[in-house]
Amino acid sequence: MIPAPAFLSNPERFMAFSRWAAPLFGVMAVVLALAGLWLGFTAPEDYQQGATVRIMFIHIPAAWMSEFVYACLAVASFLSLVFRHALADAAAQAAAPLGAGFTVLALATGSLWGRPMWGTWWVWDARLTSVLALFLIYLAYIALRASLDDETKAARAAAILALVGAVNLPIIHYSVTWWNTLHQGASVFRAGGSALAPVFYWPVILMVLAYMASFGSLWLVRIRGEVWRRRAETAALRAARA
Amino acid sequence: MLHFETGKYAFYVWPAYGITALMFAVLIATSIGHARRWRKRAESFSRK
Repeated sequence: MIPAPAFLSNPERFMAFSRWAAPLFGVMAVVLALAGLWLGFTAPEDYQQGATVRIMFIHIPAAWMSEFVYACLAVASFLSLVFRHALADAAAQAAAPLGAGFTVLALATGSLWGRPMWGTWWVWDARLTSVLALFLIYLAYIALRASLDDETKAARAAAILALVGAVNLPIIHYSVTWWNTLHQGASVFRAGGSALAPVFYWPVILMVLAYMASFGSLWLVRIRGEVWRRRAETAALRAARA
Repeated sequence: MLHFETGKYAFYVWPAYGITALMFAVLIATSIGHARRWRKRAESFSRK
């Protein structure tokens, strides 16, 4: 059996852990974001892109998070499907709206960056299209869960959808390698090191860490909400039967 | 020295930051709101 983290296997331990971890991640996110924005707005303009280079400090983290959150959703769905962990299912359910939000940010900020640099708001190239597909998978996951009254059936169906949708992650990642795209190739997280100058690299890294910390905080808060919702609905059912 | 001047690209840079701030505000508000609402309901059942 794959050893799940202790807090994933025991709701009481998870609630005790997340009570202090969620605000801690939130504070870390604010500090990292302030440091990243400070470095980002003290950096000079790019010699080719001018001031639009500052969109990079919020676009790359959003794009990275759209994939990272989906990976978290897929792992939680796998644990939920195989080990029937209620907390893993709550974690998957809680991740979906956050991932959809980050994907909207990746698409919107990318479009606002693309218009002045590429001359178009949108192009159906492999990277943009596969990220749009990721957003639609998030929406399908949320809609599927909402459409089934039976929570157990909803969890199983959504977990299967999440695992099938995970096929899209390597497609997004390698889309700029496999196809000719208007979108540039990997420039930060790539073999051989970053292609960015340090003056742009460090603000991006700090903002990625800030986004990850904010996701950590919001994810824990949402899982806590799910745990309370399930407790409340179980109690309501018991009260109705009594 | 902070460089807030974005010149002819202001129409693209500031909306990008605005949308990001708005999305974070929505995610924070809905996450905390959802957790608080269900915590209150769960606690009201446990008191009964």
